[in-house]
Amino acid sequence: MKPRTLLLILTALFIISAGCFLFWGLPVQAMGFILPRRVIKVTALCVTAVSIAISTTLFQTVSANTILTPSILGLDSLYLLIQTLVMFLFGAQTLVIMSRISDFLLSVGLMVLFSLALFSLLLGKRPMAVTTVLFLGMIVGQLFGALSSFFQLLIDPNEFLTIQARMFASFNTINTSLLLVSTLIVAFACLLLIPLVDTLDVLAMGREMAINLGIDHRRLSRWLLIGVSILTAVATALVGPITFLGLLVVSLARQISPTFRHRIILPVSALLAMVTLLIGQFIFERILHFSTPISIIINFVGGIYFLSLLIKRRRI
Amino acid sequence: MRRFIILALVIILFALSLVIGAISIHDLTRTLLIQSRLPRTLSILISGMSLSTAGAIMQLLTSNRFVTPATGSTTEWAKLGMLICIIWIPQATIASKTLIALLFGFLGSLSFLAIIQHIRLKERTLVPLIGIIYGNIVAATATFIGYQYDLIQSIQSWTQGNFALILKGRYEVLYLSIPCLLIAVLYANQFTVISMGKEISHSLGVRYKTTLYIGLMIVSSISALVLVTVGVIPFVGLAIPNIVTLFWGESLEKNIVTIALGGGLFLLFCDIISRTLIHPFEIPISVTASIAGCLLFILVLVQRSRHEA
Repeated sequence: MKPRTLLLILTALFIISAGCFLFWGLPVQAMGFILPRRVIKVTALCVTAVSIAISTTLFQTVSANTILTPSILGLDSLYLLIQTLVMFLFGAQTLVIMSRISDFLLSVGLMVLFSLALFSLLLGKRPMAVTTVLFLGMIVGQLFGALSSFFQLLIDPNEFLTIQARMFASFNTINTSLLLVSTLIVAFACLLLIPLVDTLDVLAMGREMAINLGIDHRRLSRWLLIGVSILTAVATALVGPITFLGLLVVSLARQISPTFRHRIILPVSALLAMVTLLIGQFIFERILHFSTPISIIINFVGGIYFLSLLIKRRRI
Repeated sequence: MRRFIILALVIILFALSLVIGAISIHDLTRTLLIQSRLPRTLSILISGMSLSTAGAIMQLLTSNRFVTPATGSTTEWAKLGMLICIIWIPQATIASKTLIALLFGFLGSLSFLAIIQHIRLKERTLVPLIGIIYGNIVAATATFIGYQYDLIQSIQSWTQGNFALILKGRYEVLYLSIPCLLIAVLYANQFTVISMGKEISHSLGVRYKTTLYIGLMIVSSISALVLVTVGVIPFVGLAIPNIVTLFWGESLEKNIVTIALGGGLFLLFCDIISRTLIHPFEIPISVTASIAGCLLFILVLVQRSRHEA
């Protein structure tokens, strides 16, 4: 399949699924009430999908490895820990009343700091292996997990329900101003990427080759990793953790795309991510009337897909 | 020599652990000692020793320094088994819960071994990464089921390692891990041999498959026993064997006593911290063990990766 045909098909799929999501079963009398809500939901789904897809692709390019994702870095457990701590220290009322923007910015800021601290190990004088850094991130993530489950035990069960709502990615309770901020951040990141797409192809050839071809590997990697951490943090803070979405869509994109050039693979994976989330949410919400958060299903399906990928490839 | 030093430290902390608590040493009665303090301290010692040994065995079975029951999905499988048991047979006894958790843990870690033996991996840290991802998938399944039955908070409370609930009559099943430890001592040398691969172990006259199954059985029994009686205590199996092998080499036969005692010492220490920090209340041991073990392990990890670079 030619890259252009693929992109066209995916765009068409995206438009169809977004259209379905917006207009399926829309009662005409209540249109003015329901439609804006659905628009918000679709935007949130798209912003999350794009930021997860792009950050995963970039991370795989920088780390020259196609089975890693920044989502396993421990950011989700850090996010939960922050939420739990806020709840523990100030109570559920505060978490509800506290301006969502400041909560959001606090979480994003801390998460970006954390991932930058980890990534700095990749770029120092004696860089560590990417897998070691990820492993380190996971270990620290487990520490965060232990801390938050400790505090969760101390919280009373009613307040715990508020935390539980944030434990799983949810698109039902999106705050409009948060969505605006996230959309701006993600759009800005995408704009910055446009002039870089061809340089990224060179970067993907590996460190030595990239340096040979005249790229300041360390500087470019540093900027890309900053972008990756911001995008991952925004997605996590906006809807909650979806660990395997990135792996799922980026590996799918690499399978169906005829080329690995970034000007193709980036939009393909972003479109795929949006279509996956939209269709998944649509089926779940409208057809099956399931109450299970979609992230649990995505983690399950994405995880199984990832394992089958590992087994099929036999060599990493 | 080092074994005696560690043994002496274990004895000192053991005694200390008996006298620390909400009731001061003057009011300590015999009943209290026998009903609560002694069971608790014993179970800490046993869990520490067995978790650490199980970690060391798992590391040899997978030939990877970073794979333990916790990073090799055994614990997650055992948790899933226990959850299923609780939902389907709510009145199940501790023994049957342990059995089901053991079965799940054994089959689950077997599947993990099959996966990693099937793939050829370039970097060593990829193996535990895959293990953790695999464990996450199993955990996602458990979360999915738990969410349906509104059991998320209850899962969290019974999986969090905590010795506060240990009383006489509620922990004795943990003693079953002592025979596991003895078998581990007997097979220590075989485990070291099979960590060098199938061909080498065959040429050295060790039955690869049988030894592998025995090792996995020990690992999953220990994980299930500790999970059911105490809960999850992270990092003991990861940090302690790594520190011991960093100093004294890879042979399990030489080190198994040090590893086991080291694990016991570590947990006794963490428990004393847990109980004294906010006296007369206490912090769950999984939290103190996580913090201490995580920091120790990060040091080891950095040391090792410097070593290799």
